[in-house]
Amino acid sequence: MNKVWLIFKREFLNRVQKKSFLIATILIPMIFPAIIAVMLYIFQQQEQGATRVTVEVLDESGKIALENTDRYEFVPVSMPLEQAQKSFKETDHFALLYIPPFELSRPQGMQLFTKENVSVRREDEIAGIVEERIRVLKMTAYNINKETLDKLKTDVSIKSFNLNDDAGKESHTRLLSGLGFVLGILIYIFVLVYGMQIMLGVIEEKTSKIVEVIVSSVRPFQLMLGKILGIAAVGLTQFAIWVVLVSVLSTVTLRIFGFESDQQAMEQIAKVNTPGTEQIIMANPVMEATEFISELPVLYIIFNFAFYFLGGYLLYGALFAAVGAAVDSQQEAQQFNLPIMLPLIIGYFALFMFILPDPHSTASFWFSIIPFTSPVAMVGRLAYEPPLWQLILSQLSLIAGFIFTTWVAARIYRVGILMHGSKVNYKVLVKWFMMKG
Amino acid sequence: MDALIARGVTKRYTNHTALDQVDITIPERTIYGLLGPNGAGKTTLIRIINQIINADQGEIFIFGERLHQKHIGTIGYLPEERGLYKKLKVGEQLIYLAQLKGLTKKDATDRSKEWIRKFEVTEWWNKKVEDLSKGMAQKVQFISTVMHEPKLIILDEPFSGFDPVNAQIITNEILELREKGCTIIFSTHRMETVEDLCDHIALIDKSKKILEGSKKQVKDTYRSNTFVVDHKGQFAQLPPRYNLVSQKILEENYYRSIIRMSGDTNSNQLIRELTEITEVHSFVEKIPTMSEIFIKLVKAEKS
Repeated sequence: MNKVWLIFKREFLNRVQKKSFLIATILIPMIFPAIIAVMLYIFQQQEQGATRVTVEVLDESGKIALENTDRYEFVPVSMPLEQAQKSFKETDHFALLYIPPFELSRPQGMQLFTKENVSVRREDEIAGIVEERIRVLKMTAYNINKETLDKLKTDVSIKSFNLNDDAGKESHTRLLSGLGFVLGILIYIFVLVYGMQIMLGVIEEKTSKIVEVIVSSVRPFQLMLGKILGIAAVGLTQFAIWVVLVSVLSTVTLRIFGFESDQQAMEQIAKVNTPGTEQIIMANPVMEATEFISELPVLYIIFNFAFYFLGGYLLYGALFAAVGAAVDSQQEAQQFNLPIMLPLIIGYFALFMFILPDPHSTASFWFSIIPFTSPVAMVGRLAYEPPLWQLILSQLSLIAGFIFTTWVAARIYRVGILMHGSKVNYKVLVKWFMMKG
Repeated sequence: MDALIARGVTKRYTNHTALDQVDITIPERTIYGLLGPNGAGKTTLIRIINQIINADQGEIFIFGERLHQKHIGTIGYLPEERGLYKKLKVGEQLIYLAQLKGLTKKDATDRSKEWIRKFEVTEWWNKKVEDLSKGMAQKVQFISTVMHEPKLIILDEPFSGFDPVNAQIITNEILELREKGCTIIFSTHRMETVEDLCDHIALIDKSKKILEGSKKQVKDTYRSNTFVVDHKGQFAQLPPRYNLVSQKILEENYYRSIIRMSGDTNSNQLIRELTEITEVHSFVEKIPTMSEIFIKLVKAEKS
């Protein structure tokens, strides 16, 4: 065990002392918020800088009088459609909206002509504005006045409560799903990145020919284990630093910029999403998010995330170690990488298709129990606090899973690291696996 | 006591047998040459001694004890395919490798510094291996093989890639180590090394040991009672118990004859008889070189 510890220490210190580790560890937690901030900034700039465009309206029905908005100026024209199209082409106007005569009950046949391919958003916005206008017309037709309408207008927002929690705490489905998404992807990236590191490390030892010296001092299994655990410790260290950095950074950011700017940004988004309609009075989303985070079982999530990272990493890491031992170069390793990564990728797709839409479905259950997909799948469900027995079952099967893959990998590893220049395919791997000591 | 005894060591793979009932005995404080053509099974035997792989059958004893994990520190191994961690500094590397052999950190540090001084390369301590030349790296590898003071040192083709100067340094170290009481196993097919250094040899071919013994014993076994005689003036006839293998002219009236005697005569008698028929200038027994023995045996195995 002492030797595993030596190898563990060597692997850990070697990697942690590298400049690239320091840079990645410090930069990545900053890069993500920075990317989001930049996107938000560009988005805002675009909103503000978006020119107000002019839309010619050829209204043959005579019913639609459109009011100008921040983004649209409506200019009525009255001439036959063909002529209108021709004259529209000569202007620098954005679009020509053609409204044929129509029944209020069946508003059809409207056309939008533009000189370029119109964006989905613009199309939706204009359609929204017209719809709104028709609704008003309908109300008038049905003798509903605006006051009645305002009274009729209800804003139902369902707040869900998880009764299993003490005092039935309010749950936040959307935010939960967002969190599940982020955690699931993080695990996926973590397992791949660190799994690859194992493989590269093994290939390096093999190609630099140091390995035969090492295995004359330690058993191949000890070497493999020390390396896998050492790199795991690097990953966990990085993760721990990120947790600290992110929580410090976000606290500081919130303090400095306050809630105002965030709120403005959110409102901006809200406005864009519901053009033409009166802005729904929203609960302060930042407040809601803050409250959500404070209600989350943060320690529970961090602990389990770390568990699934470690478990998934050990499960896949062992396989990557076996591949590294089998091949002589990185290029050669590629043919084996895909089959290993496939279950992980399936887990990743399951995250989008089954787990996030319905974390408690049967599919979600199975994906989060099978050890090859559970690291991504169960982490996606973590924020929803899956039933304890499922969590335990999933974790036990993950432990069994990585013991199994480590066993398989060790048998291939011990033979592979001493083989040079042999052409390796699956048959050879099986032969090595079956080979006795 | 013998440094290493192997009895009936056998290793089989799916399609071939790498070692078949190999027995060897390596006396203590000797330099033991493990010879054999490529693929004969030398590396397999060495790996078994190093406990990198396990034998299917047979026993190995090291200094009288059955081979066990604890002997890892007793053995120093320099494989033929050797390397170092490229990104690691020389000092760190030596300390790490010595620690893996079971030394404490302090001992590992002290000894690696000692060896670095001995090889007069203290300035390498903080250099990364990738910045070293090949010869430098080989010295570092040699240090890492011997610095935990193993009693049994196994060197697989130790001189491949060494320039003559470094090869001489290493040779001196090896001789010095033997003086200090180490036993050295040499795996090689360089016969001049065997001729110069080895006290004992074993020849392995096609997974079987076909010859073992001290160098003198082996040579005695394969001496052919053949003599090389340089002489002035040709002679035509030899007594029938001698066989004139060949005779060629060196320069005018000077000849070199190769003569083989049959069993029950001795060299003195041959000289006496020769002096009567010709003027002998030199008389040397033709002792087979290790290389000749090697080739002869391996060829014999083939046919």
